[in-house]
Amino acid sequence: MTSAPLEYYLMLSAVLFCIGTAGVFVRRNLITILLSIEIMLNAVNLAFVAFGRMHGRADGQIIVFFVMTVAAAEAAVGLAIIISLFRHRESLNPDSFTELKW
Amino acid sequence: MTPLLFAQIVLTLFVFIALLHSAAGMVWFERRLAALLQQRFGPTRVGWQGLLQPFADVIKLMFKEELRPKAADALLFALAPVISATCAFAAFAVVPFGGTTTLLGLLPEGIRLQVADVNVAILVVFAISSMSVYGIVLAGWSSNSKYSLLGGLRSSAQMISYELSYGMALASVLLVATSAASATPVDSMSLTSIVNGQDGTWLHVIPRWFIFVQPIGFLIFLTAGIAETNRAPFDFPEAEQELVAGYHTEYSSMSFAMFFLAEYVNMVTVSAVAADLFLGGWHGPLLPESLGWIWFLLKVGALLFFYVWMRWTLPRYRYDQLMAFGWKVLLPLSVVNLLATAAGVLYFQ
Amino acid sequence: MFYAFAAVAVIASLLVIAQRNPIYSVLLLIASFGALSGLYVLLEAPFVAVIQIIVYAGAIMVLFLFVVMLLNAPHEDTDFDERTHPLLRPGPMRLGGLLAVALVLELIWALSVGAGAGRFGIGAATSVAAIGRMLFTDYAFAFEVTSVLILVAMVGAVVLARKEGAR
Repeated sequence: MTSAPLEYYLMLSAVLFCIGTAGVFVRRNLITILLSIEIMLNAVNLAFVAFGRMHGRADGQIIVFFVMTVAAAEAAVGLAIIISLFRHRESLNPDSFTELKW
Repeated sequence: MTPLLFAQIVLTLFVFIALLHSAAGMVWFERRLAALLQQRFGPTRVGWQGLLQPFADVIKLMFKEELRPKAADALLFALAPVISATCAFAAFAVVPFGGTTTLLGLLPEGIRLQVADVNVAILVVFAISSMSVYGIVLAGWSSNSKYSLLGGLRSSAQMISYELSYGMALASVLLVATSAASATPVDSMSLTSIVNGQDGTWLHVIPRWFIFVQPIGFLIFLTAGIAETNRAPFDFPEAEQELVAGYHTEYSSMSFAMFFLAEYVNMVTVSAVAADLFLGGWHGPLLPESLGWIWFLLKVGALLFFYVWMRWTLPRYRYDQLMAFGWKVLLPLSVVNLLATAAGVLYFQ
Repeated sequence: MFYAFAAVAVIASLLVIAQRNPIYSVLLLIASFGALSGLYVLLEAPFVAVIQIIVYAGAIMVLFLFVVMLLNAPHEDTDFDERTHPLLRPGPMRLGGLLAVALVLELIWALSVGAGAGRFGIGAATSVAAIGRMLFTDYAFAFEVTSVLILVAMVGAVVLARKEGAR
């Protein structure tokens, strides 16, 4: 079973990253925006593991380990923020939070 | 098709069918044992000693009408039992239940009685059991009824809380398995190598099972396993008296059967993994290694007996007591166990 | 094999950003993570593959699902025109979508021009023990700092999600 060349993995990572970016720009639902950020982080993870495999070292996987941990922390805090925002305005649309006054 | 490949395929099918039958057997076993513990007889009329009772139950369930509440989300409602059942079966794919065997000399070389020997087998079991939370949470949500939603959320919160102690108990046993306490210390997380590290005896009398090195770890693992599979005394989310029937209130007929299949197969998987990690798997005196699966079945049977015994003896934990126990007692205990094991491994190196 | 996993990952991600119902988005993202986990196995990183399932698909997504269910997240945009799909609406959203498409085309062009620069070496698959060893020697400081980070995030999440006025 011949594995795909490195470029294919990088292209896939780029495509996923752009899908995530498009999601952040286009969607008007806070939770979906957070999900798109997770897609972007995963695309980056894929690129790291692919490069790590190219060099034959474990560094790629270790960086991925840290990225996953940071993503978990960021998702938890982001969701807590969304919960408190929702409690205040009863809406998940970022356009309803345009005023600086709480 | 080489004979080895054919044997592998047959083995995979055999494991699947055996798990199905083990769930059916558990239905009978639980009802008989519950009855005997309560000083009555239980099902004795359908077939010899009531052994055909589960099949009668399945036939009854198949003929029941499959209901679906109108406000329920159709796709998720149908998907949830499938996820539960799939994860339950998939976790058994990496669990070895016997040593190498040549099937009475029919094969040119031995195959291991395991569907897939993966290098990270312990983590795979852990990963798949953490996926089974989704079946329950989706079942609770898609039924669109308050009892189901509450039951589903509570049940999944319980499962993810006890997963932490489960994981730490696994880590402690892994430490022991790669240390000098095992017969063949190998830097791998494959279940087969862990079981092979329990071969032989200390002082010719005590078998080298890891339960003697990690007694607290074993208890933590079993407790967390019981909580993971939502069995008594941790079955508040599906208790009949409290929440109608929790997350599977709105399910009937075969979907309901799939949830119960998933629960029993999960029990069997937890018992099988515990037998592999702590009780020496298929190693035992008097039998050659190719017949080791008999010992394995005996050990799993003993653990299942313990499971059923627990259910019909202990009262149920209330939900807040359950969560307090998981976070305030079991988690610190498992961390201390891990640290103590690490210290012990370093000291006795 | 690669094409199967890659196709599932891309299609699932596209559907994530195209779905209206946030619960379907979360479930499709889990499917995408599963496909990525398969890709990690193909890249001979089984540890990362399993960790991806345990941490991302098994814990973080459960958190998302809980929040979506508890907030009873309404379908998007009740004050917007519901008939047009988000990707086709005028204004900054369409510009954002076009920018993303432009980004993807540029990246693919850049990667195909530089083809042949890197090849997969014959490096052996790294075992979990090797990863553990490196974590505790080369990256020990980052490891400890990460644990502090998680503690801070945990405290922050609890404080932020508390009801106002409740002690």
